[in-house]
Amino acid sequence: MTLFGDPTIWLPLAFAALMGFSILVYVILDGYDLGVGLLFPFATPKERDRMVASIGPFWDANETWLVLAVGLLLVAFPLAHGVILTALYLPVAIMLIGLILRGVSFEFRVKAPAPHKWAWNSAFFVGSLMTAAAQGWMLGLYVMGLEYTAVNVAFGAASAVFLSLGYALIGAAWLILKTDGDLQRKAVAWARRSLWGVGLGIAAISAATPLMSPRIWDKWFTMPEFFLLAPLPILSVMLLAVLWFSLRRLPTADDHFAWLPFTATIGLMVLAFVGLAYSFYPYVVPDRMTIYEAAAAPGSLFIMLIGVLFVVPVIIAYSALAYWVFRGKATELRYD
Amino acid sequence: MEFMDTLLLSRIQFAANISFHILFPTVTIALAWVLVFFKWRYNRTGDQDWMRAYFFWVKVFALSFALGVVSGITMSFQFGTNWPGFMESVGNIAGPLLAYEIITAFFLEAVFLGIMLFGFRKVPGWLHTFATVAVAVGTLLSAFWILVLNSWMHTPQGFEMRDGVAHVTSWMEIVFNPSMPYRLAHMLIASGLTVAFIITGISALRWLMRDRSDELRKTMRVGVWLAALLIPVQILLGDMHGLNTLEHQPAKVAAMEANWETGPNVPLVLFALPDQEARENRFALSIPNGASLILKHSTDGVVPGLNDFVTEDGQVLHPPVAPVFWAFRIMVGIGFAMLALSWAAAFAMRRGRGIEGLPRPLIWLFVPMALSGWVATLAGWYTTEIGRQPWLVHGVLTTEAAVGDVPPAMVMSTLIAYLIVYAVLIVAYVAVVIYLARKQAQGHEPEPGGNDAGRREVNPIPAE
Ligand code: HDD
Ligand code: HEM
Ligand code: HEM
Repeated sequence: MTLFGDPTIWLPLAFAALMGFSILVYVILDGYDLGVGLLFPFATPKERDRMVASIGPFWDANETWLVLAVGLLLVAFPLAHGVILTALYLPVAIMLIGLILRGVSFEFRVKAPAPHKWAWNSAFFVGSLMTAAAQGWMLGLYVMGLEYTAVNVAFGAASAVFLSLGYALIGAAWLILKTDGDLQRKAVAWARRSLWGVGLGIAAISAATPLMSPRIWDKWFTMPEFFLLAPLPILSVMLLAVLWFSLRRLPTADDHFAWLPFTATIGLMVLAFVGLAYSFYPYVVPDRMTIYEAAAAPGSLFIMLIGVLFVVPVIIAYSALAYWVFRGKATELRYD
Repeated sequence: MEFMDTLLLSRIQFAANISFHILFPTVTIALAWVLVFFKWRYNRTGDQDWMRAYFFWVKVFALSFALGVVSGITMSFQFGTNWPGFMESVGNIAGPLLAYEIITAFFLEAVFLGIMLFGFRKVPGWLHTFATVAVAVGTLLSAFWILVLNSWMHTPQGFEMRDGVAHVTSWMEIVFNPSMPYRLAHMLIASGLTVAFIITGISALRWLMRDRSDELRKTMRVGVWLAALLIPVQILLGDMHGLNTLEHQPAKVAAMEANWETGPNVPLVLFALPDQEARENRFALSIPNGASLILKHSTDGVVPGLNDFVTEDGQVLHPPVAPVFWAFRIMVGIGFAMLALSWAAAFAMRRGRGIEGLPRPLIWLFVPMALSGWVATLAGWYTTEIGRQPWLVHGVLTTEAAVGDVPPAMVMSTLIAYLIVYAVLIVAYVAVVIYLARKQAQGHEPEPGGNDAGRREVNPIPAE
């Protein structure tokens, strides 16, 4: 265990990285299927079936990344886990109820008697909205240090709106990739509209974090960090531009570049995430508790690390298999 | 309201969430294997009836699975939101166990579920069978890990306490703690029985709706035999489980038997209203020497009594008696009802007479018994879990010490929200399963297509 030096240093760091990785994967993957749910009210009943068909085989595995993320928080940083989750008690409950509503609607909307379908469709939308907004709210409050002041609440509300728009964007981008015809054209229009909000949101959060926290200001605006970090904002602006131009041209006649908005949106999310992670390192509870203070005993972390290192590549491999099996444009979902 | 404190509300909330959650794993753990069985029979015989059975029951499976997943996600947040003390003190043990459950079981189930449900036309037959097996193995693994943790909370070992935090000394001792084998076996068979009675119940319902298909006859037979084979094993295991508990958690067994005084020749109480204030049973109806006989296998065996678990200064260290006593009786009562019904049915159906051989009242009886597995499972968990109180981790951490510092009003409001959602969902679940049965009975079943039929076609027709 002393192979890489002091395990009380590198183990918490490794777990923080793993946790960050699963949060990022979660936000991207469940982001697109939550986004599809957010776009539900704007689609016709036929289009809705196709939209659900595009995410049906994936949503469960996508949500499992959330379970892994909160699991890693729980197991690797038990002290922080309690502090964060009790501070976010209400939004967590709202998110959970949202996840319940939308998760069961996948099944109920097609199995319940036809006259009830509209109710489960609404539950699907409402659940997606509750989840997205609650997550945005939690992100906002976390960024602001988990304290309920008037400014923070306003910031939380704003970030609830922005994250929902972000999910709508990636959801629309997913639909551009997985559908064709009228629905694809509609998805392009949806993506175009949400892009505005996303640009605004990224700008707002990037401006607010350094202004609110002198520590974060120092981390970004000192030499030479300032130059080393410059690629982050520059790349983000470039990706926004790519999205902007591609969404004006799509859909193309032979469906070339249908993958571009989805990939570019993922790129944006990765950059935003890296920026946030840099700002907060080494804190797991902003400005209050570092990952080293919150970590579990090295022995327990080590036994988990072994498991994670063996299993995560396997998980990625069979997830890839599932995406390959359901590749191409979304088709009707049938059991038989 | 003073008594509605955060502790009590959090306990009610936890109990509500876990009780709702466990209903669905109980169905999916065993139903996954029943589906593997159907698929295997089909692969072996080529008989389309087995595939029809598969396609009907896979719908019930998908529905149960979705409910299991979403309520499970709620469970994993509960520890942090309501019981931060749990992870702070035993996180070094509970953490890795939960982590292994997530990485070995949840991903396996969740990823292959998509292929299992929607891949029949998209992948070769063997891969579809493989996906079904993978999901079944996943549910089994997740039951294993969570029951290891839960059993460890009842019979903890393999750790030492330093500054109020548990540190691992032996993972082998933790995983193979004394109550784990019994609890795991008992729970898995509980799942098998629950599914057996859901299958027979729904099949009986379809029969009463005049469904006379061969597929129905086959599934009914599978269900009856499954029930008849598992129930004696379950009763035997239950007895061994109880003897094991007597060794490690005597206060729980004393509460199960409502026995107040330690001593020999203890009667088996069949009915009573245990009165914890007066510390006696009212209206007791009992069999002399019964409890001594069951627990010690001799009429003058000494059985522990509840009064041993009250300290000099009056502090009560045993669980609340009446709920444990009654929950236990409900479970055991249902166990014997299952034995009677399944053996009667197996006897009537013998020598190829099939469902036609069943007297009509028996068919009717199967319908309400569809819910018996759920009731017995919940009753069993209530016995086990309430029987552990006031401890959260037996002898290590009390429930009171683990609860979080959240305002009661907040816990109350979320509790009400959960209860409303759960009530709606449980009604919808039962209604939809019955609706699916009716549709199937009216012959709406889709004709199963071949493996390659319709590969990768694009047609945006409603999903089902
Ligand atoms: C005996 C079995 C058993 C017991 C006691 C529990 N579970 Fe469970 N759980 C399962 C058996 C199971 C399962 C069969 O494996 C499920 C049902 C549907 C599914 O996806 O897996 C599941 C799903 C499930 C999920 C969703 C997984 C996913 O996203 O696919 C989570 C997060 C949990 N559970 C967490 C818990 C926690 C924190 C529990 C206790 C406090 C718990 N479960 C008790
Ligand atoms: C799945 C079946 C289970 C059911 C139906 C169940 C039911 C219950 C019930 C009814 C209580 C309340 C006892 C009381 O306060 O009087 C309880 C307590 C508790 N159980 Fe379980 N339980 C189950 C499994 C588990 C598992 C697998 C774990 C842990 C991994 C667990 C952890 C706890 C905790 C933390 C408490 C204390 C909180 C409380 O008292 O409500 N339970 N459970
Ligand atoms: C009639 C015979 C049965 C006996 C003697 C029996 C015995 C027991 C005992 C002693 C416990 C408590 C274990 C503890 O101390 O922690 C228990 C728990 C339990 N029982 Fe049973 N049982 C029987 C039938 C059933 C049936 C028919 C089911 C469900 C279909 C069932 C499901 C459970 C469950 C889910 C638990 C909680 C988990 C556990 O601790 O294993 N039991 N049983």
